[in-house]
This record gives sequence, C-alpha cells and structure tokens, in this order.
Amino acid sequence: MTAVAPLALPAAFQPSNVDYLAILPLLIVFGAALVGVLVEAFAPRERRHVIQVGLAVVGLLGAAVAIIPAAGHQGVTMGLADGSTNRQMFALAVDGPALFMQGTIVLMGVLGILTMAERFGGTGPDAFTPSGASTPGSANETAAARAGALTSEVFPLTMFAIFGMMLFPTTNDLIGMFVALEVLSLPLYILSGLARRRRLLSQEASLKYFLLGAFSSAFFLFGTALLYGYAGSVYFGDLSRAIASGPLAMNGLLLPGAFLVFVGLLFKVGAVPFHAWTPDVYQGAPTPVTGFMAACTKAAAFGAILRLAYVGLDTGRWEWTNALVLVALLTMVVGAVLSVTQTDMKRLLAYSSIAHAGFILVGVLAFDRKAIGAVLFYLVAYGFATIAAFAIVSLVRQNGAEATHLSQWAGLGKRYPVVAGAFAFLMLAFAGIPLTSGFVSKFAVFSAAVGTGGATGTVLAVVGVVCSAITVFVYARVIVLMFFSDAPDDAVEVVTPSVSTTFSIAIGTLVTLALGVLPSALLDLADRASQFVR
Amino acid sequence: MTTMSSVPWLTIVGLVPLVGALLVAFVPGSAENAKRMALGFSLVTLVVGVVAATQFDRGASTQFQLGEQHSWIPQFGVSYSLGVDGIALVLILMALVLTPICLLAAWRDVPEEVGPGGARRTKTYFALLLVLETFMVGVFAATDVFLFYVFFEAMLIPVYFLIGRFGGARRQYAAMKFLLFSLAGGLIMLVAVIALYLQGPGGSDGFLIERLTGLSLDPTTERLLFVGFFFAFAVKAPMVPFHTWLPDAATESSPATATLLVGVLDKVGTFGMIRFCLQLFPQASEWATPVVVALAVLSVIYGALLAIGQTDMMRLVSYTSVSHFGFIVLGIFAFTNVGHAGANLYMVNHGFSTAALFLFAAMLVRRRGSKRIPDFGGWQRVTPALAGIFLVAGLSGLALPGLSSFVSEFLVLVGSFPTQPVAAVIATSGIILAALYILLMYKKVMTGPKPEGLVGVREHDRLDESGRRGLTAVRDLTTREKIVAAPLIAAFLVLGFLPNLALDVINPAVDQTLSHVQKAIPNLNPAGTLAEGSSK
Repeated sequence: MTAVAPLALPAAFQPSNVDYLAILPLLIVFGAALVGVLVEAFAPRERRHVIQVGLAVVGLLGAAVAIIPAAGHQGVTMGLADGSTNRQMFALAVDGPALFMQGTIVLMGVLGILTMAERFGGTGPDAFTPSGASTPGSANETAAARAGALTSEVFPLTMFAIFGMMLFPTTNDLIGMFVALEVLSLPLYILSGLARRRRLLSQEASLKYFLLGAFSSAFFLFGTALLYGYAGSVYFGDLSRAIASGPLAMNGLLLPGAFLVFVGLLFKVGAVPFHAWTPDVYQGAPTPVTGFMAACTKAAAFGAILRLAYVGLDTGRWEWTNALVLVALLTMVVGAVLSVTQTDMKRLLAYSSIAHAGFILVGVLAFDRKAIGAVLFYLVAYGFATIAAFAIVSLVRQNGAEATHLSQWAGLGKRYPVVAGAFAFLMLAFAGIPLTSGFVSKFAVFSAAVGTGGATGTVLAVVGVVCSAITVFVYARVIVLMFFSDAPDDAVEVVTPSVSTTFSIAIGTLVTLALGVLPSALLDLADRASQFVR
Repeated sequence: MTTMSSVPWLTIVGLVPLVGALLVAFVPGSAENAKRMALGFSLVTLVVGVVAATQFDRGASTQFQLGEQHSWIPQFGVSYSLGVDGIALVLILMALVLTPICLLAAWRDVPEEVGPGGARRTKTYFALLLVLETFMVGVFAATDVFLFYVFFEAMLIPVYFLIGRFGGARRQYAAMKFLLFSLAGGLIMLVAVIALYLQGPGGSDGFLIERLTGLSLDPTTERLLFVGFFFAFAVKAPMVPFHTWLPDAATESSPATATLLVGVLDKVGTFGMIRFCLQLFPQASEWATPVVVALAVLSVIYGALLAIGQTDMMRLVSYTSVSHFGFIVLGIFAFTNVGHAGANLYMVNHGFSTAALFLFAAMLVRRRGSKRIPDFGGWQRVTPALAGIFLVAGLSGLALPGLSSFVSEFLVLVGSFPTQPVAAVIATSGIILAALYILLMYKKVMTGPKPEGLVGVREHDRLDESGRRGLTAVRDLTTREKIVAAPLIAAFLVLGFLPNLALDVINPAVDQTLSHVQKAIPNLNPAGTLAEGSSK
C-alpha cells in the first residue's frame, strides 16, 4: 500500500487557480506564435518576412520583460490544492530555475530568429527552401521558387518551439512535461527538413530526428505510465512523497519508470547512448536552425532534467544516480573522442555539443543548490556561444553553398581576420580557456561536482577535465586550419551578413567574453534562481 | 599578509602593454609605426615597472607588497588580488627588461608585405608580444590561486598564435604540441585548484594565497594536491621527462618568441614550485623531494648531453635550458636559504643569458640562412663583433666566473650540498658538460678557416663592391643589434659583480617562504651547515 494511491478525485468541480502574471511570458510567446499563423494567412507575401520577424522579436522581447513581474509571482500555479488530502495539484511551477531558463531561452531565441531571418539580399530567409514539401529537384520545387514562394512560416514554427521549450522546465507533472516535449519537438522536426541546399540530407535529418524523437517520446510516455502506476499520480510532489514512503517491493515499477523517463529527456540533450541523431541532424538541418536547436533545446531539456532529478525523483536518487553517472561518463568520453575524427564543421560542433552535455550532466549529478546555479550558468554560456558559432558557419560559403568541410576553412583567418577571429574565440570558449565563459562554466560545474558530489563527483570532474583536454585538440585544430594554414586555390568566401546576423554573432561573442571576464553578476542571478518550488 | 598600495602599481604595469597591444593592432598606419609604438609602450611599461619597484620596501615584514585586492567572482571565492614579494618583483622586472629587447630584436622578423593590409601581420605579431607581456606581469603578481591559474592558462593563447603564425616550417606541429602539453598540465592543476579551495577556509576570498597557506591538510590530500600542481609546473619548467615540447616550440618559433617563452614563461614553472608547491604544501614537498631532486639532476645531465649532440643551433640552446632548469629545481628543493636564493637569482640570470643565446644565434642564422651548426665555420673572421658577443653569451651560459650566472650556479650548488650532497656532486658535472656544449658550438661556428665566398663588411659599407668581386657580403652587427646586445651583456656584468642588487631583494622573500615550510617541518634547517659562511 503506497502512501497516496489510489487517490480520490475532489468531490466537486473546482476551477483551477491561475496566476496569469506568473505565466505571462508563456502566454505572450504563445500569442505571438498564433498571430504569426494569422499573418501567414493574411499578410501580403512581399511584407510577410518583415512582419513575421518583427512580430517574433517583439513577442520574445515582450516575454523577456514579462519575466520581471513573473519573478514576483513565483510558486505553483494552474491547478488546485486539495485541503482534505493536503495535495498540491498544480501543472506549472513558476520558480527560479523555470524563470531563469525561460529568460535564457527567450533571449537566445531572439538571436536564433535573427540568424534565421538572414536573407543575403533575397526575398525570403536564405537558409530555407521555398517549398519544403516538394521533392528535391522536382518541377514543383522549381515552380515554387519561380513563383517567389518563401518560407516565412518558419518564424511561427520557431515561436511554437520556443513556447514548448519555455514550458518544458516549468511543468510540474509528467503529463505536462510530455506535452511540452512534443510542442517543442514537432516544429523542430519540420524546421530540420527545410534546408534550401543539400535538401536530401536535410530531409533525411528531419526524418531521422522525427523517428528517433517519436521513439524517445514513447519511452518517456511509457515511463510516465509506470511511474503513475507506482505513485498513483503524475505530479512531481506526489511522486517524490510516494518514493519516500513507498515500499521496496514496488521498485519494479519505480526503477524502469524513472529510467524510461530519463531516456526521453537524455535523448533531447544528446547524451550517449541516445546521441546518434545529433551529428546527422545538426549537419542536415539549416545551419541557423541547428544553432537555435543546439542552444535552446539543450537549455530547455536540462531545465526539465533538473526538475525531474531535484523535485520529482529526488527521494529515489540512489536508485538511478549510478545509471546517470554512467551516462555522463559515456557522454563526455564519446563526445570528446569522436569529435577528434570529424571532418565536417557542423558534425564537429555536434560532437562538441555532446561532450558539453556530458559536462553539464556532471553538474546535475552534484546534487546541490550551487550545482543548479552552475548548470544554469553553463546553459547560458554554452547557448550564446553556440548560436554565434553556427551563425558564423552559415556565412562561410563556396559557390553560394555553405562550406562546412574542415579543409575548406583553411587559411580563413588570413583573408577574413575578424570573422575567423570571432570563431577562434568561440572555439577557445568551447575548449574552456580562461577569460571565456566556457572556462567559468566548466569551473562552476566541476567545482560543484568535487565539492558536493563526493568520490563520484571527483571522478566525474577528473574525467571531465581529461575530456576537456581532448576537445582542446579539436578546437585548436580548427584554429590551426584557419590561421596557420595557407588557403587553397579555390578559397571559400565569407558572405557579408545583414545587420540581424551580425547582431547575433556580435552579441553571442560579447556575451562569451563578458561571462568570462565578469561572470559574477550572472552567477549571482543563477544562484538566486536555483531554488525549486514544490 | 599583504601590504596594500594606494596606487595600483601592478595593475598599471600590466595594463600599459595591453593598451599598447590594442593600439598597435587597430590603429591604422604603417608597419614601421606600429613597431615603434609597440617598442614605445614596452619602454613605458619598463619605466612604470621601475618606478613601482622603488616603492618596494626590502625590510617589510609582510610577504607581499604593492598589494591590490578586489572581489572578482565572489561565488567561487576568487579575488582580483595582486602583490609581489622579492622573488616575483625581480622576475617581473626581468620580463619588463626582456620585452623591449625582444621587440627590437624582432624588428625584421615579419617580412614586409605590400598592398593594403600588408602591415597587418606585423601589427598582429607585435600586439601579441605586448599581450604576452601583460600576462607575464599578471602571472607573477597574482596572489590569488585562481587568478594565477587564469593568467597561467590564458598566457598559452598568445604564445600559441605566436608560434603557429610566425614560426618556422613545422610551426603548426610545434604550436599544437606546446598547447597540448601545457594544457594537459594546466587542467590537472585545475582539479587541484578546485580541491585546494574546498580544503581551505572557503568564503568569498578563499582563493587568496595567504588564506591557503598553513592549512593543516590530511597527508594523502596534501600529496595529491602537490602532485596536481607540481605536474603542471614540471611541464612548464620543463623538467625531464616532460621537456619534449620545448625544443620544438623554441626552434620553430621566432627568436623573440623563443626568448620570452624560455626566458620568462618557463620561469612560471619554477616560480610556481616556490610559491605554490613549497608554500602551500610544505610537508608534501618534503615527501616528494627525493623524486624531484632525482628528476632535477636527470634534467641537468640529460639536457646537457642532448645539447652536446645537437646540430641545430636553436635546439642546442633550448636543451641547455632544460639543463639549467634542473639546477633551478635542485636549488628550490634543497630547502636551504642559500639554495633558494641561488635558484631565484638563477631564474633571473638564466632569463638574460638564454635571451642572449637565442637572439645572438638568431642574428647568425639570419645572416647564414641556416640553423645547422655544420653550415657555419670560421665566422669570427667574417663577423668579428657578432662572434664576440656570441662568445660572451656562451660564457654566460657556461657560468664563467665574473658573469652573473656563475654566482647563481655557485649558490645553488653550495646551497644544495648540505641537504642533497649526492645530487649536488652529480649536478656539478653539469658545469663541465656546459663548457663542452658551449665551447664546441663556438668552435664549430666561429673558428676555423674563413668561409669561402663570404666577405664581412661593416654596417654602412657599400655592398655592391664585394658583389663585383663575386663575394657575398655579410654585415657585422648593425646599430639595432648592438642596442639589443648591450643591455644583455651589461646585465651579465652588473649582476656578476654586484649580485647583491638582486639578492638583497630576493633574500627576505626566501626567508618568508622557508619560514612557511619550517612551520610545517620544524626540524628543517634552512640555514644549512655551510650557509652562513658562503653567502657572505
């Protein structure tokens, strides 16, 4: 007999309590996404692009501002409290980590949108095909291009994804988490398949992402069912209490349930062994989408992992920690080692993102309030650097198409010192060299791991440091190529971006520098935001 | 225990070259102007540094002076905290003297490029050298372990670019090897840095050296932490068997980079052993002494033997440094006042003498177009003045009495004999080997019959006359090269005859450091048995 199951429903219908100010950021983004759909239907084609980009940016900035009042209304919301059983049945937990993640995702989303909006003087966004549904190379596609079709629907799609990402770390129950997972994933599946060039690769990426994503969602849902069977409730608070008081005999439900739910989330962050999709999707998806996805999805999913690990399944920690430690070790080692052999810039960054997921997991596994702050900081630092890095990748072209093969980057630093310099700086940040955000964030998670993670934490930190050393080789090789090698005869060019992409790259790089030199303000904010509500 | 300074001298000394680097890199203008500006900034830095040094009180009771302290990342316990003791001060001054010399020596390192943007490479080169100067000041002045680590690692990046962009044929390989060796050491140290903080009192300034000194650590923890720090410093110093990156890096980089790399940056390794290994982990240092001393002696002998076997002039010079670093480490781990003072003085002297060897050898290499020793021979008849200064540099390298390095080598050997007699005796044979590698090189390069087809000319002689006679004219020292050589040779003589100029600054710091060690190991006798008689 578990403590809470079976749970009786309240006798009478009670309207749920909603604190609208607390969820205002979510509402604004969702509203902007809906309006975006209407714009797509009614606005004239030639003005659609400008309206969509403007709407998305204004919506995101509005949401960012709305986080300030929301921060004054922290607590659980969207649900009701049952006085008789002393149960809290709230769907959303608007607390420090959730709002911090929302703010991060919204601001990185602005940069993502601005990069996607790059037109290079054309009519529509340059990275996206005008006709995603038609067969690559078919007459339909040519006709669509000739008719001046453009893909401005990517902006509302992105907004829906951002809404899902904001919701993901905010949800307070497994079903809500699943819904958020799907809301954020579905638009991304579409966006991955819309690349203008190398369309077959893009469509393959999209299909692969969709199939594996659906598979992992199924895992998540199955785990949810098992956990519901165990606790009789999907709310994290009930789950935590049930584990604390539940009998050992029921572990047959708890262990596979917790494991399967984690599989669903670890898939999204690209942790080994659930990482196989990452290099293919990162390579095939339009580059601005890759940058957006790498930064924001990772932030959202780690927000969700934090909530699950620290709120929902915290009391059963000793049951699943060892499995997660193994995943973290594998993720760091596989990500670092395989990134050494990559020859494609986007795949290289994909493996780098896998390694970084491992480093962040080390922070998650430190199980401490300070560790939460460290993870939050890491996600910001990594996200801004990643968006800028992919934005730069999208500028390096040969014959109009992106030149992503490493050999094509040879000698770039001699001909385009500013762009190559920025990219080199971002590489140094990924490598974790001091005076970049990468160093501060690695220091934060590793020191949390050594400080509160016990012997396991120390081992994780040492492995993390060794893996960092391995990845240094990878990033240094890119710098060698750009600055120390001579350019081939058919040298690539860096196309001159518009203001929007320039802004994204500049902000991403400046944030990387600022967080490396003066990190204490954000560390302080992350630390203050590191308290979960239950 | 830091005496605070009302004027942030050390920050100013560090900032001047950084500002200079930005101006050199981004102010439009010719390459020549950029070089002049860079030299000007390095000279201003030197002046500021000397002024700061006059504020230094040799009789002060605190360990660090000219202190500054501001909260930087309080969440991690990190302060922006600077301060110098005598050891750090002389090393900073050495770096400040060497930088303008190197800039001047590097004047023609980057070939002129025509067209718009042709000056960019030159500007980048000089700007990177200035950035390096900033980090060199920072790394010696940091009195916060984290801040030290930041400078320690950040320093790699300008050097990496200096080697990789402005080096020789195998520069990519050398740059990568340098970076990976240094980072591997540095990252292991990072784990130790984190763990050290957790062992300390913590708090928002828990990384300050003074808060981490005198901790009562569990022996196993202390040893692990010691190994974490020592490994990074042994790679940096470099000691056998972690030295293999140095010959590649020093040979493939430009002479100015090699000079700063070996002359100053590698000193961070030995400096770190004093400041961190000995001061923070005295008992573990004593525990590790047999191994460290064995490695030091091995470095002395093995480095010298390898130097004898080299045919590449630059490689030879870099192996001599491996040998000399062995002496320095031996002096440090002798745990005597004399040995320590000798090691510290050795760091300064080695900086100047290695700079002389690298820069003068580079002058030869530029004239001959080859680094191979067999390609030379009889050059003292072609370039007598250059041969002269080359000989002086060589004699300084083999510690001829009267030149500065003799004093330090003597002090190290005398200071280490009471505690490490066997090691001291074996290391003494390193002096004989030093005479071998230097004099053999001089003999092969300078003596012998006058090379055919070459004619030596003075700086302002006309070259075309010799060309008519079918000879290749080789200029002797130019004015610029004389200006490069003069301060180095002056340093040999001044510090050779008046070593107390430096020793008076160094000795109080040595006493401070060893008093920390003595607190942990009461039966240590830093005065040694011979110490009193020989230091006078």
